[in-house]
Amino acid sequence: MKVQFSDISMRFGAMDVLQDVSIGVEEGEFLCIVGPSGCGKSTLLNIAGGFLSPVKGTVTIDGDPVTGPDRRRIFVFQERGVFPWLTVEGNIGFGLFDLPDEERQRRVAQYVHLVGLEGFEKAYPRELSGGMKQRVEVARALAVNPDVLFLDEPFGALDSITRLQMRSELLRIWRAARKTVLFVTHDIEESVQLADRVVVMSARPGRIRRVVEIDIAHPRDLSSRRYIELRDLIFGEIGLAHQV
Amino acid sequence: MPHATSNVEHPTFEKFVLPLLTVAVIIATWSAAVKFSGTKIFPSPIAVASAIGTLGEKSLLWRYIADSLTRVFAGYAIAIVAGIPLGFLLGWNASLARAVNPLIQMLRPISPLAWMPLAVIWFGVSNAAPIFLIALASFFPIVVAAMNGVRNVPPMYLQAGRNFGLSTWQLMIRVVIPAVLPRIIVGLRLAFGIAWVVLVAAEMIAVDSGLGYLIIDARNAGKRYDLVVAGMLLIGVIGLLLDTGIRRVEEWISE
Repeated sequence: MKVQFSDISMRFGAMDVLQDVSIGVEEGEFLCIVGPSGCGKSTLLNIAGGFLSPVKGTVTIDGDPVTGPDRRRIFVFQERGVFPWLTVEGNIGFGLFDLPDEERQRRVAQYVHLVGLEGFEKAYPRELSGGMKQRVEVARALAVNPDVLFLDEPFGALDSITRLQMRSELLRIWRAARKTVLFVTHDIEESVQLADRVVVMSARPGRIRRVVEIDIAHPRDLSSRRYIELRDLIFGEIGLAHQV
Repeated sequence: MPHATSNVEHPTFEKFVLPLLTVAVIIATWSAAVKFSGTKIFPSPIAVASAIGTLGEKSLLWRYIADSLTRVFAGYAIAIVAGIPLGFLLGWNASLARAVNPLIQMLRPISPLAWMPLAVIWFGVSNAAPIFLIALASFFPIVVAAMNGVRNVPPMYLQAGRNFGLSTWQLMIRVVIPAVLPRIIVGLRLAFGIAWVVLVAAEMIAVDSGLGYLIIDARNAGKRYDLVVAGMLLIGVIGLLLDTGIRRVEEWISE
């Protein structure tokens, strides 16, 4: 197992947020974590990222317990995480400070290309759309060549069309870079479109209700019977009849 | 911006001609009012202009301006050197801020002019007294701007910085400072405005040069209201120029 959560429990003050969460993530897997808001899914991701310590249980990555943030595993926020005082280039190269200039420039150019931002190298984030800023953040994370990416509702602030485009972009990048991805979302459709497996969590205190394997090959047909079956299974698991 | 269109069409007109026109109308009204009322206690624009001319001839004008600027920049520099590091420290360390902030918030509303008697006793009749008052006046807005700036750096910037393996020191240099710079610049401009206002009042005691001294001396030595108003105008115009300069720097830093 690349990432192994063992009996994770978390409490903020008197509030139990997570209870006995155990799950393993395979190397190169795309795992989505869905659940109602407040179920502790972001907390779980922050624990794996080393930004929070659980009150009970451990997370290991490659068998080593996580004790703090580490540049081998990068956390990606909504696009608000890009640094507004740096250009696209500056942001993407942010984590490459220990490389010689030439190597850094080469690496930056490579990731500018990967996320399709050629021509915007010298632009500042305020000149970019939400989707472009999100690409900058993904590129900034990938540029340090981490083996795990944590994405916390990365497309939550984007409009629905951009969100769809970003999903296929992310899948393309994921296939090219072959990273282990943990992706938190409250969007069930998004999880079924992206993930190899979907972890469905209960309301607070968050527990794993069910792990659903999405056995549909990419590119996924969003009107196929299997897609709708799996989607409705997860909707049902969360307790939402799929009707408005 | 309701006038955006006309701004684009007549940028020079809107920016320079309109304000100059206002000034011209006011000078004309002022001149007419003095003339028709026959007042003895308010000088005409021409009297003020010739007063400035006389000051210029006696080369007092430049000496006073230079003295005032030296004092304001000295006090302001002290406030920056002391205020920004303290503000960073308080913004970064929440428990220290809890300990020190009430004291700062208590001292802040005391007008710097209330410190005048103490300043005179401590520093005597010297440049140090007004410099102290200016430093004091601009210190608090700078500390508060730096403190609030650091405190309000979005947590995800810090989290991202740590994630990429920055040490605390690197985090300061590469994340915190650039993130707070825009706020600090605004605080610096506010502080400079306050410093300039306090300077004039501070120069009415303890020193025998400068624009504030000019005003108080003109009144004491023979009720020269032309010189009083000349001093006021000089203070206003120099204040405007300095503020414009700082705004330029502000725009340049925030690109």
